[in-house]
Amino acid sequence: MTTQTKSKPLLAVQDLHTHFHTFAGTVKAVNGVSFEIGAGEVMGLVGESGGGKSVVGFSILGLIDSPGKIEGGQILLDGQDLVTAGEDRLRQVRGREISMVFQDPMTSLNPLHTVGRQMDEVLCLHSDLDAGARKQACIDMLESVGISRAEERLKAYPHQFSGGMRQRVVIAIAMLARPRLIIADEPTTALDVTIQSQILKLMRQQIADKGASMILITHDLAVVSEMADHIAVLYCGNVVERGKTRELIETPTHPYTRGLIDSIPDTAERHDRLKQIPGSVPDIRNLPKGCNFKDRCPRAQALCAEREPSLTAQHGSLWAACHFPLKPGELA
Amino acid sequence: MTSISDPMLDVRDLEMHFAIGGGLLDRLKLDSGGLRLENPVVRAVNGVSFSIARGEIMALVGESGCGKSTVAKTIARIYKPTVGEIHIDGEDIAGHGFAEMLPVRAKMQMIFQDPYASLNPRQKVRDIVAEPLLEQTKSAADRKAVPAQIEKLLARVGLNAEHAGRYPHQFSGGQRQRIGIARALSVTPGLIVADEPVSALDVSIQAQILNLMKDLRDEFGLAYLFISHDLSVVHHIADRVGVMYLGFMVENAPRDILFSRPRHPYTRALLSAAPSIKPKRSSEEIVLSGEVPSALDLPTGCCFRTRCPFAWDRCARERPALQDVGAGQTVACHLTDEPERDHP
Repeated sequence: MTTQTKSKPLLAVQDLHTHFHTFAGTVKAVNGVSFEIGAGEVMGLVGESGGGKSVVGFSILGLIDSPGKIEGGQILLDGQDLVTAGEDRLRQVRGREISMVFQDPMTSLNPLHTVGRQMDEVLCLHSDLDAGARKQACIDMLESVGISRAEERLKAYPHQFSGGMRQRVVIAIAMLARPRLIIADEPTTALDVTIQSQILKLMRQQIADKGASMILITHDLAVVSEMADHIAVLYCGNVVERGKTRELIETPTHPYTRGLIDSIPDTAERHDRLKQIPGSVPDIRNLPKGCNFKDRCPRAQALCAEREPSLTAQHGSLWAACHFPLKPGELA
Repeated sequence: MTSISDPMLDVRDLEMHFAIGGGLLDRLKLDSGGLRLENPVVRAVNGVSFSIARGEIMALVGESGCGKSTVAKTIARIYKPTVGEIHIDGEDIAGHGFAEMLPVRAKMQMIFQDPYASLNPRQKVRDIVAEPLLEQTKSAADRKAVPAQIEKLLARVGLNAEHAGRYPHQFSGGQRQRIGIARALSVTPGLIVADEPVSALDVSIQAQILNLMKDLRDEFGLAYLFISHDLSVVHHIADRVGVMYLGFMVENAPRDILFSRPRHPYTRALLSAAPSIKPKRSSEEIVLSGEVPSALDLPTGCCFRTRCPFAWDRCARERPALQDVGAGQTVACHLTDEPERDHP
């Protein structure tokens, strides 16, 4: 699982800046994000609403439309930059090399086309199989995501499937062209917990079988901790901490990560009160000087208001952007 | 059922059905015998009974479509129940009309899931919070005291006096939920029905609201009916938990017992499916296949048998009733009678 191919990552995002120029001001949704993902790895991007995690996913696939714009940085797929690549190149990449699973299976499938037609479209674009072979490939793929009577179901429309089944179809479409990287944006947020565990299991098995990598974008630390090899925590468009999953969950060094973990009610042990992070996320159009988290941080000092911290190596595999990081085992 | 003397809320055999027939022509069906008028009915709640003591927090959990929100809305009398009794502070309100409900609303208030849709965008915060109170206050002298009370309430839920003059769109989701809580508190009710009050909020804000709700319970002796799909939230806040499936209550137990010794196969599956930041002990994991059947066409016998790894022929014939298994735990499962079958 965690065979770190440091020499040549599959995808490297370097100092990515994606901004939205609105009438109310420039929204710096992604503001200098860097991370790498190796072949066969699962990388979790977590954070609360407004952290910029979805915009990172859209930026990788070149899906940022006006008023949004990638203002700087590189997205290297096998060393080739996607930011400067043209639309033709991006069309080759989308679906074939990198595919996407969206949050809402209701809206990510076309209600007017049969499931079979939507699956066939991927193979038409990205393979040179004939019609019979394409149909067989679609049937095999539907069966591998646990949909029975696959041949019949190819003729069904999305509304004839339940939410969980629809998300299986979306995953089947994402896997069809055997992409090397799957970006899953909140793939189970719209689903019930017993269906969620079925879908997570399926995604884990699919990427292991096909040797693909995955970027899992979610607000749910519990989901990401069960799925990912590495985690990056985003806050106001910046990575505030990243590292291997168990280390990050067990001994986080950034006070925001610590706060996120502590505010999850835990079924194993119970405290009378949950630890809470005071206040709320600052207005992203008007970020404070210095550290973005300082107004909510119990450890903030004068330095935090003056200088923005940059990612520095902490213990183990962890990197954190904090002037006063926590030591292992230390509480906020 | 474990009976509580003088409960705040006592629900008996509650059923809520919704006719979804549509127009006459939609319902007209032609079979072999001739024309027939169909009457399709969604059986959202099918005979649910429970009670909540004063100051107790009872949670209802279950997946979408299990009827937990319908139970909440029926108790709050947004819906009129098809069958059953709802006793609030000893008074059966199941058949009450609009005017009869007014004094009851001073005892029971509701907090809604969506803090964006549940506040009137054209009202200022002070008017939103004051509305239930003014509705209950008749004498002019008492009405004079309302603004001061509103200020106190806002302070209590963590907002300040200057917020009173603003409109809902000027607040974040967490702050709006605080406004909703202040509105519910304004009439000093004994029972608050909270329908997924934190599921629209980010986790750090969710913790703030849960802490606030708990503090208010301790301070005012409130009882909550707390609806949630999130087991970790329920574990944190509830004293007692009822698990619902397809409109039936399948298990009802004190929190610690439910989480340490769940009896119903559905409860066990639900607990093992919940993701956790702790590494999993995969010893007793029940993974469910398939999905919830339609409430239009309930399975015969046990509601859960179509997904239950233990189900046998008795489960299709006979609907299990809630049975007391000791320590305040009740379970609706035939395994209670035939424990030797408890290995899939």
